[in-house]
Amino acid sequence: MARKILALIAHSTPLSEIARETGLPLYRVRSAARELADANLTERKEDTYALTEAGRLVLAQGSGKV
Amino acid sequence: MDATEQIKPSFPRLGQPAPAFEVQTTQGNLRLEDFKGSWLILFSHPADFTPVCTTEFIAFAEIAPELKKRNVELCGLSIDSTYSHIAWVWNIERNFGIKIPFPVIADLNKEVATLYGMIMPGESKTETSRCVFVIDPNGILRAMIYYPLTTGRNTQEILRVIDALQTTDKHGVATPANWKPGEKVIVPPPTTSDGAEERMKAGFETKDWYFSKKAL
Repeated sequence: MARKILALIAHSTPLSEIARETGLPLYRVRSAARELADANLTERKEDTYALTEAGRLVLAQGSGKV
Repeated sequence: MDATEQIKPSFPRLGQPAPAFEVQTTQGNLRLEDFKGSWLILFSHPADFTPVCTTEFIAFAEIAPELKKRNVELCGLSIDSTYSHIAWVWNIERNFGIKIPFPVIADLNKEVATLYGMIMPGESKTETSRCVFVIDPNGILRAMIYYPLTTGRNTQEILRVIDALQTTDKHGVATPANWKPGEKVIVPPPTTSDGAEERMKAGFETKDWYFSKKAL
């Protein structure tokens, strides 16, 4: 689920939309996004999140693009 | 130094921001602010693997779909570990066939219990009483209900309180004793003499200038 959230963040999907797409409650998406930020895979930009270089790398590894 | 020494025991106040927290739960790390935009029922129970608490968790799980329709999330709490919570939640599913859909806070250092005044030393110094806090989408504490260790909660009453609060917010009215959705509501009393005179002619179901009801 963390990888799916990471992929949605990569597409600049708002957290509320991520909650709808994943079927998770919004509070869990917020928590997951924060934990991804703590792992330096995302960074907070006001009310949204964006992938860091490390986040892009992790996502690319999962998709076999590296 | 434990949390009770660091944090002054207190009771939160209705109408004020609910005390912020960051905690470990059965659904990971959560902060109060994660629930912003939803109503939240934060409730404590004395201990995992106890019979009354088990009936309550089942009852809360049973009203969870109705709460979801009302944009309300649930979050439990006790002074137990995450491991204990996980084992108990699994045990409930295995023995009663009920999946617990909400997170449960592991408040081992009593931080949240102390902030919210959940420990009643006259009953127990090591367990939280059966407390219910209703927090609105803006993080304001809107209702508190306390039950003793021996008395399981009435979750239909908690659902009724949610309906009453949401009706108040939507329509600017109050709700009478034992009110249920669909019944007439109380129009707030006028606060001036002119307002009282107007009220008598306003077309509500008026017993006297201070006592008016209307259907929604």
